[in-house]
Amino acid sequence: MATTDTVIEHEIQEEQDLWSGGKQPFKASYGKLMMWYFLLSDAFTFAGFLIAYGALRFSSPTWPVPDFVFSTAPFGIHHAPLIFVTIMSFLLIVSSVTMVRAVQEGHRENKNGVVFWMLLTVLGGAGFLMCQAWEWTNLIGTEHMTVTTNPFGTHTEDGVYLNADGSESDETFKAGESYLLHKAAGGGHGEGHDEGPHYETEVGDYAGYAVNEKGFVLRKFKVTEGEDQGIVKAEALGPAAFGALFFFITGFHGFHVFSGVMFLLIILINAASGLYVKRKNGYEMVEKIGLYWHFVDLVWVFVFLVFYLL
Amino acid sequence: MGHLSYEESIKKVYRGLILLAGVTLVEVFLSLLGKGYVIPGAEEYKVLIYIVGLGLIGLSLYKAYFIIYEFMHMRYEMKGLAMTVLLPTLLLIWAIIAFFQEGDSWKGRREQIKEKNEIKEGTQQGFQLRQDDFEIRNLG
Repeated sequence: MATTDTVIEHEIQEEQDLWSGGKQPFKASYGKLMMWYFLLSDAFTFAGFLIAYGALRFSSPTWPVPDFVFSTAPFGIHHAPLIFVTIMSFLLIVSSVTMVRAVQEGHRENKNGVVFWMLLTVLGGAGFLMCQAWEWTNLIGTEHMTVTTNPFGTHTEDGVYLNADGSESDETFKAGESYLLHKAAGGGHGEGHDEGPHYETEVGDYAGYAVNEKGFVLRKFKVTEGEDQGIVKAEALGPAAFGALFFFITGFHGFHVFSGVMFLLIILINAASGLYVKRKNGYEMVEKIGLYWHFVDLVWVFVFLVFYLL
Repeated sequence: MGHLSYEESIKKVYRGLILLAGVTLVEVFLSLLGKGYVIPGAEEYKVLIYIVGLGLIGLSLYKAYFIIYEFMHMRYEMKGLAMTVLLPTLLLIWAIIAFFQEGDSWKGRREQIKEKNEIKEGTQQGFQLRQDDFEIRNLG
């Protein structure tokens, strides 16, 4: 371990020189200060994404309602708006708290405490990633949302649906209600289509519905109110930007969580091997990765706000 | 840290956990209230939706403040450090105002373009009809 020893010696030397200017800026170590500035720049990146989301949402006449889009959970749970994503939020909050505990144990130079609480933090982060993987799988696999296609639409007029044969059904809806388009082939979105109407899979215009090039069934309906009263229209895909924004922003956040888990693991192994005991600086590496981990939680507060709550 | 004893600081962390979890639950409740899940028909009132929206933004900002000041220990850093990190984020306020305004303007333009396209389709049809007339006259 000759190299590690020299590294440590070098670091202690540097701390004594206090960044070589004789005076430590902001009474913080170089690494900690630069972590703060990295997080600041990362905050601007996320802010750019979220503001783009806001601008595009403002520019669309309709926008998918989150409590309709995110209402499924594993084990066949449906119509449970925002429940699953609340659990995901709790996982991140709890892992943030265990991270604070790890930093506290580090200040006391308690190696076992640091390792224990960091391990819990890693588990929380991994749990969050698994939840996100399920959420994406559900959206892509069963609900057919992609970066360019958004099957979540919103009615802008009151109306009544037509049956597959073109006759009027008793399914009515109001303006502002959401719908999810299904694919003609390959089943619906996991809700078990019990003896639902049979739709043609060929692209075309049928009596009570149309099938577009992407295979979505666009049900026809008769408008029952407003200036277009009595006119038959078909459902349309929702604003395409929704899919792209959702996958890019939650994906970028998920990537931060993933890299955070990786760095936590590296520092966990270093801590367990006794590397930081020799540095005698109160486990400062744990504190620095802690800053990053809290930042990931901080970003989630805003992703949660704009995608799921508002 | 520093001025607090070990037991006190541990207690403070768990109080933070309860606070954040509680605020998150209140946020989810508010969001569902605004969408008419808690009281059916509540989503019809525009005022309620605005109040809920502002409440959600306020609570989220409070959560952000708590995470930065307590969990990330900004409260215990030097003021200069805190200011160099926090003040630049104020630039975002203008970015938000400007881009949301811009987005709203795009909405107006989209409607304008739609109207213009409809008018264009109409004139093209008209033009074709006239051309038909012309051809028929020539043949005749």
